[in-house]
Amino acid sequence: MSTETLRARLRLPGLDATNGVWPALAVALIVGGTLVALDGGSLFSESSTISLLQRAAGLGIVAVGQTIAILAGSLDLSVAYVISLTSLVAAETMAGSDGMVLPAILLVLVVSAVIGLVNGLLITKLRINAFIATLGVGLLIKGYLEQGYAGPAGSVPVSFQHLGYDRLGPVPLSFLLFAAVAAAVWFTLRSTRYGHHLIATGGDLDVARLSGVRTDRVLIRTHVICSLCAGIAGLYLASRLGAGAPRVGAEGGYDLESIAAVVLGGTVLAGGRGGVTGTVGGVLLLAVIDGVFNQLEVDSFFKQMVRGVVIVAAVAVYALRLRRTSDRRKAAVA
Amino acid sequence: MQPDSDQPLLRMRGVGKAFFGVRVLDDVDLDLHPGQVHALVGENGAGKSTLMKIASGVYQPDAGTLELSGKPVTLPHPRAAQAAGIGIIHQEFNLLPERTVAENVFLGREPLRRGLVDRRAMHARTAELLAGVGETAIAPQTRVGRLGVAQQQVVEIVKALALDARVLIMDEPTASLAEHEVELLYNLVRRLQQRGIGILYVSHRLTEVFDLSGRITVLKDGRRVTTLDTAEATPDTLVRHMVGRELSHYFPERAAPGSAGAARLQLAAAGNGRLRPVDLELRSGEVLGIGGLQGSGRSALARAVFGIDGFRTGQMLLDGVPVRVRSPRQAVRAGIAYVTEDRKGEGLALSQSVLDNALLAQRAVQPRWFARAARTTTVRELLDAVEVHAAGTGQEIRYLSGGNQQKVILARWLAMKPRVLLFDEPTRGIDVGAKAAIHDLIRRLADDGAAVLMISSELPELIGMSDRIVVMRDGAIAGELPAGASEEAVMGLATGAATSTEVPA
Repeated sequence: MSTETLRARLRLPGLDATNGVWPALAVALIVGGTLVALDGGSLFSESSTISLLQRAAGLGIVAVGQTIAILAGSLDLSVAYVISLTSLVAAETMAGSDGMVLPAILLVLVVSAVIGLVNGLLITKLRINAFIATLGVGLLIKGYLEQGYAGPAGSVPVSFQHLGYDRLGPVPLSFLLFAAVAAAVWFTLRSTRYGHHLIATGGDLDVARLSGVRTDRVLIRTHVICSLCAGIAGLYLASRLGAGAPRVGAEGGYDLESIAAVVLGGTVLAGGRGGVTGTVGGVLLLAVIDGVFNQLEVDSFFKQMVRGVVIVAAVAVYALRLRRTSDRRKAAVA
Repeated sequence: MQPDSDQPLLRMRGVGKAFFGVRVLDDVDLDLHPGQVHALVGENGAGKSTLMKIASGVYQPDAGTLELSGKPVTLPHPRAAQAAGIGIIHQEFNLLPERTVAENVFLGREPLRRGLVDRRAMHARTAELLAGVGETAIAPQTRVGRLGVAQQQVVEIVKALALDARVLIMDEPTASLAEHEVELLYNLVRRLQQRGIGILYVSHRLTEVFDLSGRITVLKDGRRVTTLDTAEATPDTLVRHMVGRELSHYFPERAAPGSAGAARLQLAAAGNGRLRPVDLELRSGEVLGIGGLQGSGRSALARAVFGIDGFRTGQMLLDGVPVRVRSPRQAVRAGIAYVTEDRKGEGLALSQSVLDNALLAQRAVQPRWFARAARTTTVRELLDAVEVHAAGTGQEIRYLSGGNQQKVILARWLAMKPRVLLFDEPTRGIDVGAKAAIHDLIRRLADDGAAVLMISSELPELIGMSDRIVVMRDGAIAGELPAGASEEAVMGLATGAATSTEVPA
């Protein structure tokens, strides 16, 4: 057996050597933990761990959806508004009644799936650039929200708030939901035809099409799933807030932040390379940075700057690596 | 070799095709038998690629019929052709570098087990298919991007075989291969032939056509000139059929011996990560050929001179003056021009016009206000002078043939009045007629006092054009040969079979 085969066999899912997000996370934990400890706090206390995981959950669910959109060579800028909209749909449908929880969940899933379908159709059938198509759909939703809502609306029954507040030991239920979504998508990418076709579509649309992949369907399906993830995040936020909030998505910056998490996780923006495990790392990294700065009570502007630096640095490192490996490949041929 | 008794796998009759009223294919017949390698030759624009695209379902013919094993078929799209058992190996591979060999081979048809992709079966079947073509060095789990070009080609072929292709169309299959990989391809083709697969082999390289094919169809201006058994053909007759001229007229006359002028480009122990210290002198008025296998450092040398991956050690002199060239921009300003090997990737802005492409270098290094009108006029004249055939200078360059694209690149550099010109595979993928024109241009440049360095994998070109030949191997100069050296001498140095620099011509 060649070493190549061995390596391929031994490789853990997504934890390949090219993924730098895990070492970065370790560094962030060590450095951040030390800083917080010097400040007299603890990054690893139960309360801060819980809030860290909770922060990760909301963004994480969106980012998993964003991962497959980007892997497929697309992207979704409407997720932030989908989150706001679905939080309202959930809270208003439930209207404080336990009996309406299930119908509300179903309605949210339908609404988000339809938005994803529209995104997908605009991109594949009308051949509108994904950036513009999803931005347009997002703005459309934004307009609707601003027109119809001045502030929080609807109310979530206590029974549904368990999702936002319950936990198993130190692990919030919401984080488990994130882990489940991530695992489901990971498995889909690895072991279903759709998953293989998705990565192929992102890798090279023409190659995929000429090999018999129905790339339009793949892209539409991907956008539906991506939107569904945003819908699930909307449900989570509604249960957390106890009501629907028309600006929760945009204010949380879920659109760009989810893209940042995906990129930090090593998924290439052009598509075709990367995966969900990296995104999980990216989400955790962003959450840790957040947690550290919250504990240190640092100015939020400074926090934003640090995140910016981290993201740019990460992408620079990936780009550098990519160039090195391609150089090495050229040199190997030479 | 010509079992006319059995039914052809693929039979094309009276096939015609026109684009916007321009007839590019007219009344073409072609029979491809099982186990036959049928070469399709002709200049660019002769209609080879159109015929190929009709056979693979990309285009629909306006006239004529297609039969597969005696049954009439229509191929409305490429997947219909695949399903009918026609595979095509393009010059540019249709593979995903980020995915494994098995994932590529089974893309779109991943084997399922209980609704999920059955990796084990996928790997096993890929390994089987690879073994079936005698390739055991490639593991199905390897990422395609890690494979060399020749191995990627094998993967591409295996991908077609996985679809039970009985007809395989190969478009210039050796264009991207190094000399020593060509032999591997030959073996592969012969093996496929033994399995009863019919191969339509499209190539510019007559050597291959004679080495491999049993039958040859020559196209010219969209019409079939002749179809003949390879045994009856000679290179001369074939070229005559293709262009109506003899092979010996192919290369322009070399510079008179001893007529080369002063040294224009000198390298003294110049090296970098990919090049061992190189000593080289390039004189005004000469064409210096650089031979060697792909990856021997030929392109690395040109890239270093042009400042892409510059020299780290040693010295470079231009007209006797030491220069440091750290970027292409500096190289252009110093009077160096580089016609790259990868024309589409590195040479052209494909979606821009002929004129924009021709003006690229000037616009890049000259100030904005600098004689704009004048330089446009000059470039237009140059485009005329190199005989670019285009609908107009405003036409997008992607629609030009390879030969015309290359001429535009030449015009671009001529406008810079370069002192040193570096050509990397200047006629790769270019038809015979345009090739001769480019060879003439290169020679004329040298005659006008430029120093020309020409890298070529095509031995007849290298030998036919060069006043001197330097052969590279493993990132260093393996030796130098005089004009008119034999192919054996070049290959000897390139492969290391001969080590002396004093190889007799």
